[in-house]
Amino acid sequence: MTFEKFLFYFFAAMVIFAGLMLITRRNPVHSVLFLVLAFFNAAGLWMLMEAEFLAIALVLVYVGAVMVLFLFVVMMLDINVAELKPGCFIKYLPVGLLIALTMVVEMVMVVGPSHFGLALYAAPAPHAPGYSNTRELGEMLYTTYMYPFEIAAVILLVAIVAAIGLTLRRRPDSRYQNPSKQVRVKRDERLRIVKMPAEAKMEPK
Amino acid sequence: MIALSDYLILGAILFCISVAGIFLNRRNVLILLMCIELMLLAVNINFIAFSHFLDDTTGQVFVFFVLTVAAAEAAIGLAILVVLFRNRQTIDVDDLDLLKG
Repeated sequence: MTFEKFLFYFFAAMVIFAGLMLITRRNPVHSVLFLVLAFFNAAGLWMLMEAEFLAIALVLVYVGAVMVLFLFVVMMLDINVAELKPGCFIKYLPVGLLIALTMVVEMVMVVGPSHFGLALYAAPAPHAPGYSNTRELGEMLYTTYMYPFEIAAVILLVAIVAAIGLTLRRRPDSRYQNPSKQVRVKRDERLRIVKMPAEAKMEPK
Repeated sequence: MIALSDYLILGAILFCISVAGIFLNRRNVLILLMCIELMLLAVNINFIAFSHFLDDTTGQVFVFFVLTVAAAEAAIGLAILVVLFRNRQTIDVDDLDLLKG
């Protein structure tokens, strides 16, 4: 067994282990951490397949941002773990296992070695030392796929606006300033001139 | 050498684990969202495997877009979840029957 093969089996086993732990833990914090483990090992697999840029992007963007967002929400929501009733797990275990096993068997029959084995799809030769995956991906992204790239940027912008718009709330009990109202204030709203008769002159004694 | 079918089988197993996770965790919306992320990861592994074995970078470009959409989906899903929890004090799937569905 070559070192590459050992790495593949190690990463694959870790991904599957993390996935299984993710769906069986009752504490959501543990689930998020196992998802992070799965992403790290998937990044290792992508590195094996010479997709270096995406492997790094997965760790930086996914583990660094999206998973932290998940962790934030899990810790912010204050879910009572003990209250999550456990009876449901056993109730749905047979049907879940049945469907998952059926799907695995079907998919392996389709994508197994008889259809996608080494005989039909030979392993490609490794790239030369000067090859840059990032450069090739960038050239493709900024020429052929320019328009979808722009749309992806707009989707991210819409997601930001939607996420903020959904979670923003005005607390009625908190005091805040309205700058536009402050700027538009007129003199008469702040200043009151009171007419009153002048007082009699005081005579020196 | 590692064959293309090895990567595809790994993707299939990962996908089915997340399908089983959606069936088993009918309690917690958060775990459902995480299972969806795991599904997208399985799909991305398939994309990259084909991109590697067919020597075509287009698959990696597509993974890039899938990552973008998944990030947007996670952000909006979590925002909806936060609003839901604020209004109902629960994220139990069985309690979310306001629409009588």
